[in-house]
Amino acid sequence: MKQHRKIILGAFVLCLLLLATTAWYLGRQPVPVLQPAGPIAEKERNLIIFTVLLSVVVVVPVFSLLGYFAWKYRESNTRAAYSPDLDGNTLAETVWWLVPTAIIVVISVVTWRSSYALDPFKPLSSSKPTLHVQVVALDWKWLFIYPAQGIASVNESAIPVNTPVDYELTSDTVMTSFWAPQLAGQMYAMPGMSTQQNLMASRTGSFAGWAANISGAGFAGMTFTVKSMSDSDFNNWVASARHTNRKLTTTQYAQLANPNTPNQIAYYSWVQPQLYNTTVLKYMTPSTTKNMESNT
Amino acid sequence: MMNLVGQCAFALLGKLGWNQIPRNPIEAGGAATIVCGVLFIVALVTYLHRWKWLWKEWMTTQDPKRIGVMYIVVALVMLLRGSGDAILMRLQQSISVGNNNGILSSSHFQQIASAHGTIMIFFVAMGLMFGIINLVLPLQIGARDVAFPFLNATSFWLFFMGMALVNVSLVLGDFSAAGWLSYPPLSELRYSPTVGVDYWIWALQIAGVGSLLSGVNFLVTILRMRAPGMTLMKMPMFAWSVLGSMSLVAFAFPILTVTLALLALDRTVGAHFFTAGGGGNAMMYVNLIWAWGHPEVYILVLPAFGIYSEIVSTYARKRLFGYTSMVWAIWAIVLLSFTVWLHHFFTMGAGANVNAFFGIMTAVIAVPTGVKIFNWIFTMHRGRISFRSPMLWFLGFVTTFTIGGVAGVMMSVPAIDFQVHNSLFLVAHFHMMIVGGVVFGYFAALTYWFPKIFGFRLHEKLGSIAFWFWLVGFLVAFIPLYILGFMGATRRLDHYDASLGWQPLFIVAGVGVVLIGIGVGFQILQLVVSIWQRNERRDLSGDPWNGRTLEWSVPSPAPFYNFTKQPVVTARDQFWEDKQSGKNRVKEYEDIVLPKNSGLSVVIASFAFLVGFGMVWHMYWLSLVSLLGIIVTLVVRSMNEEPEYTITAREVEKLEHQREHQLKEYEGLV
Amino acid sequence: MSSATETAALELRREHEATEKTVFGFWVYLMTDCVLFASLFAVYAVIHGNTYGGPSGKDIFKLPYVLIETFALLASSFTCGLAMLSMQRHAKKQVLFWLGVTFLLGVSFLCLELNEFHHLVADGNSWRQSGFLSSYFTLVGTHGLHITFGLIWMAIMAGYVWKRGLTDTVRKRLMLLSLFWHFLDVIWIFIFTIVYLYGSLGL
Repeated sequence: MKQHRKIILGAFVLCLLLLATTAWYLGRQPVPVLQPAGPIAEKERNLIIFTVLLSVVVVVPVFSLLGYFAWKYRESNTRAAYSPDLDGNTLAETVWWLVPTAIIVVISVVTWRSSYALDPFKPLSSSKPTLHVQVVALDWKWLFIYPAQGIASVNESAIPVNTPVDYELTSDTVMTSFWAPQLAGQMYAMPGMSTQQNLMASRTGSFAGWAANISGAGFAGMTFTVKSMSDSDFNNWVASARHTNRKLTTTQYAQLANPNTPNQIAYYSWVQPQLYNTTVLKYMTPSTTKNMESNT
Repeated sequence: MMNLVGQCAFALLGKLGWNQIPRNPIEAGGAATIVCGVLFIVALVTYLHRWKWLWKEWMTTQDPKRIGVMYIVVALVMLLRGSGDAILMRLQQSISVGNNNGILSSSHFQQIASAHGTIMIFFVAMGLMFGIINLVLPLQIGARDVAFPFLNATSFWLFFMGMALVNVSLVLGDFSAAGWLSYPPLSELRYSPTVGVDYWIWALQIAGVGSLLSGVNFLVTILRMRAPGMTLMKMPMFAWSVLGSMSLVAFAFPILTVTLALLALDRTVGAHFFTAGGGGNAMMYVNLIWAWGHPEVYILVLPAFGIYSEIVSTYARKRLFGYTSMVWAIWAIVLLSFTVWLHHFFTMGAGANVNAFFGIMTAVIAVPTGVKIFNWIFTMHRGRISFRSPMLWFLGFVTTFTIGGVAGVMMSVPAIDFQVHNSLFLVAHFHMMIVGGVVFGYFAALTYWFPKIFGFRLHEKLGSIAFWFWLVGFLVAFIPLYILGFMGATRRLDHYDASLGWQPLFIVAGVGVVLIGIGVGFQILQLVVSIWQRNERRDLSGDPWNGRTLEWSVPSPAPFYNFTKQPVVTARDQFWEDKQSGKNRVKEYEDIVLPKNSGLSVVIASFAFLVGFGMVWHMYWLSLVSLLGIIVTLVVRSMNEEPEYTITAREVEKLEHQREHQLKEYEGLV
Repeated sequence: MSSATETAALELRREHEATEKTVFGFWVYLMTDCVLFASLFAVYAVIHGNTYGGPSGKDIFKLPYVLIETFALLASSFTCGLAMLSMQRHAKKQVLFWLGVTFLLGVSFLCLELNEFHHLVADGNSWRQSGFLSSYFTLVGTHGLHITFGLIWMAIMAGYVWKRGLTDTVRKRLMLLSLFWHFLDVIWIFIFTIVYLYGSLGL
């Protein structure tokens, strides 16, 4: 008996130690999903906390009962009651059909509300005008087009702080996913389709972004950064982009789209008009461009 | 002239060529392992002069118990291969940081990741499931066999050939690098020009047809072949869970058949179902594959739930709590599993309405599952529980499945899923469901029913040590992944930046995998030692666990005809009732009709393998000829006017006496 | 009852149960085939509008032609029924006759369909041209493939009827074949409606 107690105590202490070490370690690391820098990501994090707490209502009884019954009704405990034919109890069954159902009803309400409130297609309300950024996923880099500013950048997207941003997403390669967790959840970017991720940064900073759906050999390197900055800094960023001598012509774009072109940060001072729309539309109608799918 | 011959040869060989054999050391190592493994088995069987025995006793058998053993052997071998893939992945992700690119190229890593998932689901989990059902179901419902024995054997061999095709991909060509579900457009010819995706398509298509036919088979078996008096509500819970699972198979697998065929058409004849452009719709693939894929996970887990019901009530020596409730819960799960598929792609942009609906349905399906957990726990209440290893696996299941289930309920909220979709949080969730739920259950089943099939028990202590290494290793391997998901780690990454702070967590996960590996080692040791010490572990009574259901009423190992006479059932847990009332089992004898062995199942499946191989390598003539071969074989089979044989009651009695004599001998040895 | 009659009665019951089990199993298989076709219909419903600048159903479907095909198939179902009635009466020659007529009607259906496909491909409207055409060829083609297998089965069954007569096994298998054949007819009615009729109306 004492042997078992020692083992269990030892295991318990070990677990606590592990937990402490992990907590200490994590305190020093970036945990983007739990460290939101914008209202969308913040609401999503709050939902996470809420559902975890709600789950405790089910998890605690399950583990406690499991442990308690396993210990109390173990073979060697001959003092415990033994009712081999006890196979039902209407009250008990009612409780565990109804209580989980109640929890699920709560979660359903939360789901319904948050699906609308945090709908990536829904523009954020703000006194400031929305910044539109068009994103084209390529192999294996992200192209950001700023139609109103007439510039473009690769793998880096600057946005003004506290301003609603509407990222329109498409892909000129396979199905990918655009994910900058400190700002918002992810949204698939697909060829021939245009999706949206509306978000806002509530503080300045540099936020990591990943491609979250496997898209080929270079997939792991398909990272990007969203830089949130003051209005004046943003204007400076746009201005410096305007001063580069790279222009995103159709030829340049084709070169950029080539999988062999490395994914470095780059800026373009001029963008082919309607580049985003033509990229979406070219999958919907026959075209003689070399980019078209050929299955022969 | 030689030129012409050479040209013909090239035409006949399609895309095959010497350059398709891998050269890279790790890939070549994999190829060598397969080739050496096969050669070793061939050499061993030849050395022991066992070819005739192998053919007569195993390859042509129609006995579901033997077929079940074969399924399980294949599944366990594939578990080793899938684990090898997992170890390589963990290793790569532990060291490929910053300037270090690890030991695998990106494309190779992605192939390994895709192979890992494909093998584990289709060949390990499905294999263990069908294996256990074959072993146990007919015995449990008091039948001698399944409804269509020849079909059953054919299903196994189709499964085997699917497995063979996946392993041939290690030797010739490559495997898919598009994930275990091969989303287009990545899996289309343009972005995956090599044969990898084709191997994936045809291996699954062949194995999938086998699964579908098994679904039909077991459905009819349960609905038409129960022992007299065994109404549905008197069936053991495992049988109910199989009925639910097979209903899902019947409805879901045709969807997979269609989806794989359409992708194959895109890749072979230039169709435009899922292509980017040309009128294709890649999102349609995602919908189709998950309309199959979600029911698939319930197909896997329902029999495991049934197994837990049997194990908990047997080892707690108590009736299963809430039988009717459990039956309703199974059917709620069966129905609901068709209403949740979109939760696998909330992030594909379907809009708030659609996302909310599927999110709510996903949360709802948690209710019947939770009900089952409480019913098991309350079966323990006021029982007298023996904590043998099957019961330990059950405790491990509740632990991991509850944690994974909580993660699942979290992800049912679309707005949360937006942040954790395709991250390691998701990976941790589904591993807890499938390993903690499905695999733990099947491991428990193997220990529980082993004596019934082989006549001796497995070494208990080694089994429980294996369990503890598995449980601790599993938690150590996957809890860090939840955290990594929150740290922004997407799945299937073969390299990452050092500043992210992920590496220590990957290393911890790697330690967990090592612990699991030790657990597997103990399982292998357990098997070896148990076989070595089998005389000391003989199951002389046929009822080693004081069981409740009919399979424990026959001797161990179960005779090939199962019962001398089909039992008449009047209550649930009939065998337990008989023992309680002290009813003496008088053996009755009758003439028994059983199916004759047939080698045609192997022939049909071999042709199916060639169809697949031909399609992969564009050797279309081979596929066509093999398809004709299948048709001819079926016709030959149909010409067989005497597929059955009879054992007279007298012969059965003689066999039973021989067995009793053998048992007396064993008694002396114990 | 003497032991011999008991055994005979038991035999008969066993035979009957085995037949019932096989027929039931075949029904379950047909339901899975139904799900297979349902998936193909779902695919067609989703992408039949993806003509990718090419023709739609309205442009390529010729209803009168399809009507002839349909009558051939429907008639074959009717003659299959007549074959089954003959089977009940143990009229071997008539079974062979009506099976033969069914076979010919089935072959005509297939030839008409293959001809339609040939013209489409020759005009440059193959499955390679668009999502619509891919799903059209696949849905209708899968049905045609099932018909082909049915015809092969029918020929083999005719062989069995001729060689072995209307034994219990042969009758059981004929029953399954007729189930299969009628099932394919029902599927064709859906195809005719959803693909050809709706397509011609531009829906």
